[in-house]
Amino acid sequence: MASAAQIVIDRVNHLYRPPRGREVLALDQVSFEVANREFVALLGPSGCGKSTLLYLIGGFLPVETGAITVDGKKVTGPGPDRGIVFQHFALFPWKTVRGNILYGLERQGMPKEQREKRAMEYIELVGLSGFEDSYPSQLSGGMKQRTAIARTLAFDPNILLMDEPFGALDAQTRGLMQSELLRIWQRTPKTVIFVTHDVQEAVYLADRVAVMSARPGRIKAVVGTKFEKNDPDIFKAKPFVEKVDEIWHLVREEAIKAQGTRA
Amino acid sequence: MKRSLIRYLPLLLLAAGWELVARLELVSSTALPPLSDVIAAWVDMIKDGELVTNGASSLYRAAVGLALSVIVGTLVGISMAWWKPVNVLVAPLVEVFYPLPKSALIPVTVIWLGFGDGSKILLIFLGCMLPVTLGAFNGARSSEQVLVWSARSMGASRLRMLWDVVLPSAMPELLNGIRTALALAFILLVSSELIVAQKGFGYLIGFLGANGTYDAMYAVVFTVAFLGFAADRIYQMFVHRVLLWRQ
Repeated sequence: MASAAQIVIDRVNHLYRPPRGREVLALDQVSFEVANREFVALLGPSGCGKSTLLYLIGGFLPVETGAITVDGKKVTGPGPDRGIVFQHFALFPWKTVRGNILYGLERQGMPKEQREKRAMEYIELVGLSGFEDSYPSQLSGGMKQRTAIARTLAFDPNILLMDEPFGALDAQTRGLMQSELLRIWQRTPKTVIFVTHDVQEAVYLADRVAVMSARPGRIKAVVGTKFEKNDPDIFKAKPFVEKVDEIWHLVREEAIKAQGTRA
Repeated sequence: MKRSLIRYLPLLLLAAGWELVARLELVSSTALPPLSDVIAAWVDMIKDGELVTNGASSLYRAAVGLALSVIVGTLVGISMAWWKPVNVLVAPLVEVFYPLPKSALIPVTVIWLGFGDGSKILLIFLGCMLPVTLGAFNGARSSEQVLVWSARSMGASRLRMLWDVVLPSAMPELLNGIRTALALAFILLVSSELIVAQKGFGYLIGFLGANGTYDAMYAVVFTVAFLGFAADRIYQMFVHRVLLWRQ
């Protein structure tokens, strides 16, 4: 790894305890490191615990065995150093686009004039000028997710956690959002952990792809996926296609296993 | 204008029918004084200030009782949804107290606080608190995990998050509970004043009825009915504005 690890996940187990029924081992001895300003995708079949791992890094779920450190400090709860974007946007429905983006800035104690200016900058960055005063219920899925991304980027977290952020969008919007995310990331580089089950999306966006096994989730393989992302024909380039194929086979085995254990 | 005229046409027909039946003396005028007499009595009572002073004390009791129930009910309901020990402690009380007809507490509140404002305010507070509590509780429980997480990750403290996320999430159900409480406040107000009071709408209705001045009694009954209707209308307009984001 080029620079010292920013996020260190050290032998983390996680037991999921449903309100009824038996407890399930969701994560089993997961160890992983992410470098500063690295873009990592967590890939795996549904139910493999990739979102759980993200929530543990976010501090939303308690780390019971093992440890997660961010910038040398143990994660004990959520904090504005780690911004998160959820699949279903998680916008405050009672706030406008501007209000949603201002919220994090208010909580950081930014002076009023400065946060108004910052909010407008980010509204422009994600191409939502003219929709500042719309409520989330008035926006399309893609616009909602752009608002959510702007909201998280605006308070400038060092780390961006993304939980299948484009999973609820239609294929065209998803493609646009992917290149837009890359464009934004290249302008304001941050450490990104991106959870997805879409192999092509993972290979396209990430520097490295961590493939997780079926439940209980482990890191099965880590594959380097650095490409020249600005190449418009990247999806047809042979090395890209081969990489997608290679990773797709890794994921497929796990998906089959996941089916088997569930049947 | 034309539409609302059509909408309230049945009321106008009822009023005309009433006047006709009473004037033709098809029913005894003690049971049903003509509507025009009722209106005349109303104008008199406004002029001599009787309706206004009694009305003011009634509205004061209702407003204070209701305001207290909204504040306390919201706090209790959200605390129940958010801290398990509070729920364990309070839920059985709510369950047992909920089906009790609150008018049964009229004598109890009088024993505690006497004949004046205090007993009415306490009764309205107790009666209105539960629908508010349940609204806040159910609303707060339905607040989405991801919204709570979002606020926390943007630097909101736990307490701040309750105010910024849980309260607005609870708002639709909470406002519904408050609407029920608003109607209950009028019911409890008039029934408690009818039984023990020295002023207020309920007192006036009872007093005028016992004296046989039925036209004036009807005038007060209509005043209360209209105020209840107007309060609900104004409240719904307020709710519409608060929940504009829901479209």
